[in-house]
Amino acid sequence: MTAVLSTHGLIARYGDFQALYGVDTELHPGEAVALIGANGAGKSTFLRSIMGLLPVAKEMVRLDGEPVGGTATDRMVQKGIAIVPEGRRLFTGMSVEDNLRVAIDQAARIGAKGGWTLARLHKLFPILAEKARSQVQSLSGGQQQMVAIGRALLCQPRVLLCDEISLGLAPKVIREIYAALPEIRAAGTAMIVVEQDVGLAQSASDRLYCMLEGRVTLTGKSGDVTREQIGKAYFGAGHAVV
Amino acid sequence: MQWFDALVQGILLGGMYAQYALGMALMFGVMRIVNISHGDLVILLSLIGISMATAWGLAPVSVLIILVPLAVLMGWLLQKLVLNRVVGSDPLPSLIATFGLSIALQNLMLQIWSANSRSLPGHGIESQSIEIAGIYVGVLPLIVLAVATGLTWGLDLVLKHTRFGRALRAASADVEAASMTGINPRAVYALATAVAVGILGFAAVFQSLRSTVAPADGPAQLIYAFEAVIIGGMGAVWGAFLGSMVLGIAQAIGFRIDPGFGVLAGHLVFLFVLATRPQGLFGKATT
Repeated sequence: MTAVLSTHGLIARYGDFQALYGVDTELHPGEAVALIGANGAGKSTFLRSIMGLLPVAKEMVRLDGEPVGGTATDRMVQKGIAIVPEGRRLFTGMSVEDNLRVAIDQAARIGAKGGWTLARLHKLFPILAEKARSQVQSLSGGQQQMVAIGRALLCQPRVLLCDEISLGLAPKVIREIYAALPEIRAAGTAMIVVEQDVGLAQSASDRLYCMLEGRVTLTGKSGDVTREQIGKAYFGAGHAVV
Repeated sequence: MQWFDALVQGILLGGMYAQYALGMALMFGVMRIVNISHGDLVILLSLIGISMATAWGLAPVSVLIILVPLAVLMGWLLQKLVLNRVVGSDPLPSLIATFGLSIALQNLMLQIWSANSRSLPGHGIESQSIEIAGIYVGVLPLIVLAVATGLTWGLDLVLKHTRFGRALRAASADVEAASMTGINPRAVYALATAVAVGILGFAAVFQSLRSTVAPADGPAQLIYAFEAVIIGGMGAVWGAFLGSMVLGIAQAIGFRIDPGFGVLAGHLVFLFVLATRPQGLFGKATT
């Protein structure tokens, strides 16, 4: 089975600071992969590099086998990758509906086909229908996260990148949001989920990658890797596992 | 009666300022691009219009029909060739680039048209007036106000209800998030600047019908546009329109107090608003 999205020796830097040191990953169609690691391990940098938000060499990122590294972000969206960015990054000053409509507009402009409609999204997150006319900044954190996920889905992606969608949310809200992921996967969308909560990451994914200081330190089936292995890969050798 | 007349004349003058301010509201208020060459573009378009009218004997309406598409093209090129290279979270590069463009344009115009003041022949329309309730109201200022209202209304609808309007508002709110939603911000900005300068095509025709223009007049128009946008509030199209009215009324009343006080009165009202309500009369306070 060929990977829908893969990285090959991915290197990224912010000026003189190198953040990723040759990251190899692959994501198969319909698969959910979790990416775990401590703060500063390079998880968000990894997603940003894929999206063309950081300069990377063309051969380092492949979509359906075709080299696409460093392609402009809006072109990556057209090619079928969408991201739920860290910190949600909604369009403030615009209503919930207008935030979502921006994605619908662009998908229509490029003729992107996919099963996501406003009606289907409202079924997934009913609160979005209720709050359609509210300004996004007036919503709670969880509701804002639902708008961010909805906006990404309405880009009709084949691959969805989720960057710390549980960050700063109450446990109940986190459960509610993660409960939506199987439905998204059922639509055939492959996913990379960046997550701090290891247990959550394991339960929401088929496979996982653990990153430490810009390198992949562990990979395996989410059900098979043990807490001990993760602890070592997460903190590096020599650290005690709690 | 004298003061009521000043009020009416102020509103009519505000109609002229609104035509400058709309493009500024779009570029500065929405896109956060500081375009110092805004006024010089009005003057450049005016002088091109005047030359066309004299060379080919065109009526003002024909000049308008040619000048607006030309202005749209100029705006698109301005964004494509200059501003797209300097847009970003830092407003300084666009300010410096357009400041340079402003000086270059003024000198270019001086070279081509000399320092003489010119105006667009209006074939009598500029001197016609009608009497309403004892006040003489110029036909041309009424047309200017009507066109300004129509442009404001149209621009507001475009921003609120079209794909382009939503994409522009999204790109202004968070340009990176907009690109993550499939928007090409440079293409959207190029179109927005084309619209903004296109509106200046209207302003150019009416400005040169109403009074005279000379190559060095640009910076004054720039100041009025800035003041109107800030009085009205950033990002609000109707705010810029009403800010223009406030500025026009302040100047007209100032002129009645003392002919030398008019322009200063406008500046004083602007400073007063900036000091007491920096988000503008109709803008929302942002933290």
